[in-house]
Amino acid sequence: MSYLSLSAKDKAEMLARVGAASVDDLFCCIPEAVRFKRPLDLPAAQSELELVRTIDTVGAKNAYGHHLSFLGGGAYDHFIPTVVDYLSSRGEFVSPYTPYQPEVSQGTLHLIFEFQTLICQLTGLDIANDSLYDGSTGAAEAVLMAHRVTSRDKVVVARSLHPQYREVVRTYIKNLGIEAVEVGFGPDGRIDAAELKRVLDDKTAAVVCQSPNFFGVVEDIQALSDAAHGVKALSVAVVAEALSLALFEAPGKLGADIVTGEAQSFGLPVSFGGPYLGFMACKKEFLRQMPGRITGQTVDKEGRRGFVLTLSTREQHIRRERATSNICSNQALCALRATIFMETLGKQGLREMAWQNAQKAAYAADKLAAIQGVKRKFTGPVFNEFVIELRKPWPAVDAALRAKGIVGGYGLEPEYPGIGSSAVVCVTELRTKDEIDRLARTLQEVLS
Amino acid sequence: MIKEIREPLIFEISAAGKRASELPQLDVPAKKDLLAGVPLRREIDDFPEVSETEITRHFTRLSTKNYCVDMGIYPLGSCTMKYNPKVNERLAAHPAFVASHPLASADLVQGSLEVLKKLEGCLCEIAGMDAFTLQPAAGAHGELTGMMLIRRALEARGDARKYVLIPDSAHGTNPSSAHICGYTVKEIKSNEKGTIDLASLEQEMTEEVAALMVTNPNTLGVFESDICRIAEIVHAKGGFVYMDGANLNALTGVVRPGDMGIDVMHINLHKTFSTPHGGGGPGSGPVGVKEELVPFLPVPVIVEKGGRYILDFDRPGSIGRVRAYFGNFGVIVRALCYILTLGPKGVREIAEFAVLNANYIRKSLEGEFYLKYPTASMHECVFSDKFQKEFGVTNLDISKRLIDFGMHPPTMSFPLIVHGALMIEPTETESRRDLDMFIDAMKAIAKEAKENPEVLHAAPHVTYVGRLDEVAAAKFPVLRWEKKT
Repeated sequence: MSYLSLSAKDKAEMLARVGAASVDDLFCCIPEAVRFKRPLDLPAAQSELELVRTIDTVGAKNAYGHHLSFLGGGAYDHFIPTVVDYLSSRGEFVSPYTPYQPEVSQGTLHLIFEFQTLICQLTGLDIANDSLYDGSTGAAEAVLMAHRVTSRDKVVVARSLHPQYREVVRTYIKNLGIEAVEVGFGPDGRIDAAELKRVLDDKTAAVVCQSPNFFGVVEDIQALSDAAHGVKALSVAVVAEALSLALFEAPGKLGADIVTGEAQSFGLPVSFGGPYLGFMACKKEFLRQMPGRITGQTVDKEGRRGFVLTLSTREQHIRRERATSNICSNQALCALRATIFMETLGKQGLREMAWQNAQKAAYAADKLAAIQGVKRKFTGPVFNEFVIELRKPWPAVDAALRAKGIVGGYGLEPEYPGIGSSAVVCVTELRTKDEIDRLARTLQEVLS
Repeated sequence: MIKEIREPLIFEISAAGKRASELPQLDVPAKKDLLAGVPLRREIDDFPEVSETEITRHFTRLSTKNYCVDMGIYPLGSCTMKYNPKVNERLAAHPAFVASHPLASADLVQGSLEVLKKLEGCLCEIAGMDAFTLQPAAGAHGELTGMMLIRRALEARGDARKYVLIPDSAHGTNPSSAHICGYTVKEIKSNEKGTIDLASLEQEMTEEVAALMVTNPNTLGVFESDICRIAEIVHAKGGFVYMDGANLNALTGVVRPGDMGIDVMHINLHKTFSTPHGGGGPGSGPVGVKEELVPFLPVPVIVEKGGRYILDFDRPGSIGRVRAYFGNFGVIVRALCYILTLGPKGVREIAEFAVLNANYIRKSLEGEFYLKYPTASMHECVFSDKFQKEFGVTNLDISKRLIDFGMHPPTMSFPLIVHGALMIEPTETESRRDLDMFIDAMKAIAKEAKENPEVLHAAPHVTYVGRLDEVAAAKFPVLRWEKKT
């Protein structure tokens, strides 16, 4: 099967018009020596029906879907209202390019302007961009941005920042002479305030902290921001679970200068890690240093309101190597899904969803902590994830739970050596009381 | 006269108490003192409150303000706006995939890992490379990853070097990506054919140069015929050749980058492999490498062992992660579906028909529009507004007028080496009728430019908004809605 639209007659006539005897003639500029002479070694072409069967067969190898899961860690399983899928699958949204021609792109530009507004409202900051690839690259971009704003070469990063986000930050900065200093956590699961104070100095560009952090613990953003500002560094709040923004005070109201993170929770399925939706908001004084596309409101000659991509002198296609970022395509369609999701849930619904997450996680945490051989690892307040510490080694417990059809959480030991037998457990609004009770019951059996 | 309906911002139709979604009642006992002492927000100020009817109408009406590939030709040069097959959308939303969690143990997600591994294999074959990473989320992200791989390989030899050479015709992302990787960019001039000037390359290519970043075919749609010699010059000084695969659509099954001296490249799945652009992403920018660079690939690498897929994190040479998890998985599923649908012959036909369509447009418009470089075109051709300038008409006017003809304009003002450029890439999926309609529209516009330039200056005439004041947008930025006080 192919998606070509030319008939044999079209092809012959078109070749005649261009003066080529055959299709091969069109490639005359490619030296004979490098031309590829055999057929590609790819699977034979499939009809639509065969393709569907092939993918069904491959998909069936994912045993994960048959499990009751409590995995989070930056990828959250939330309810997605039907209108999100329905509206976002319209070809008018799916199949255009980046809106370079605003007169025929007002649909996309208009909704992105709404997206920017929603992100500003949630983060409590002045401006937001159109999107970034994901939360991890958002964290890296925020570090580079803080480096540009402050002209300083050191960033302080909480060890409780998502381990994969930390890796991405390290990958990005190591060629630029920026140093990352990690700060550990206390018994409450929050960043170690004393250690933080020790490492902050006048070379520090930013304090980068995730809240809720990888352990699910909510940080004291005001205190962190005050500490950062004390050495004239920027306070960067990373939010891997965007739904938390509907419940907790906006980081921008607690002193954060840049809020960046992952908005997958807003209408995007976990989908094996992507496509997701990085976002970034900041105070308006940093506008010129912000990476990514930005949409602005303006008017046409007749005074009609319209929207355009703006402030592009920050960007690679104008400024080339002096751009604020190399980002070009980002995650516009994911931003559309998030916009529909946020507007559908609305002021009451988003908060209600967040509240249910917190309540269900609290219920689950109490239930699990009541089991012999299980205790809460950290004492700090949490949103929809919490860490349990087990008497038995997590890998064995995990395997035993899986044998009973449950993925109980994400083991911390590999990425946090020395933390002991611990796992982070995530409970969203999708987990019912019965399911939580089943986890507790099964864990008790496994441990006894 | 009937007053036209202007679509409001959602915030402007919001009213207290309305909602479009409800959750079930909380089924666990609510804790009264939950989160006591933590600063909570009372509400999200000014967040929208609307009904589902209003949501549906708002977005449906907004959708009608967009032009898209599903409507007609979208000849943006270097963007490869081809048709996006619908079955691929359905399969990317397969419940087994959308439910699979990226932190799940590998044995629970064998199907998802198989998708990744299968696409890696297909891309290796099509590009002639030894290995691919699918982690990069877009083309520019792939460029950055590729440059990091080169840097790491050079560091392993003892010296990361200082410079990266980039032709003056390159995309802006190339210099920006090299810069973020810590390199200083040196520009290589194009010659009269629009290709890399070998003499200046030989002069600039020293042992301080880490790599040459080349786009082939380049942004003029011209194949760098000297590519093998170019690679020899760079390799002789110990440098690497990076290829921006943005224009791979011209080459599939005809010539493989790996066979012409390319060491590292990225592929835009949202271009060559038909995954939808989504109004600006999500894309996906897999990076392919030759053997020497394999040890430096991002972790984890997926390895097949005894018929099972496992994740290999034990790779001390790795540059590290460039993104959390495994990349834009949903985009990867679509690209794999596309390749499986096309098969070996179909993949070669991508290039054949893309090049035929572009040359058909070029031949049909030669004479009407100025072609700066007469060199043979591959999948796109670059005209300019030089003839129309005589009548005071610019490439912007021509582009805006095309909108009145119901078509999307070509890429404008790029590449930078062609003043007033109109860069046209039809792709292979266009029909003869669509190509002819485009050609006829362009000819009609060329005629209007001579006879009635005013109509072009004022274009577009039939859109929801006219030309917007972009200067004001940048000078007095309004970047969010705010409640009138």
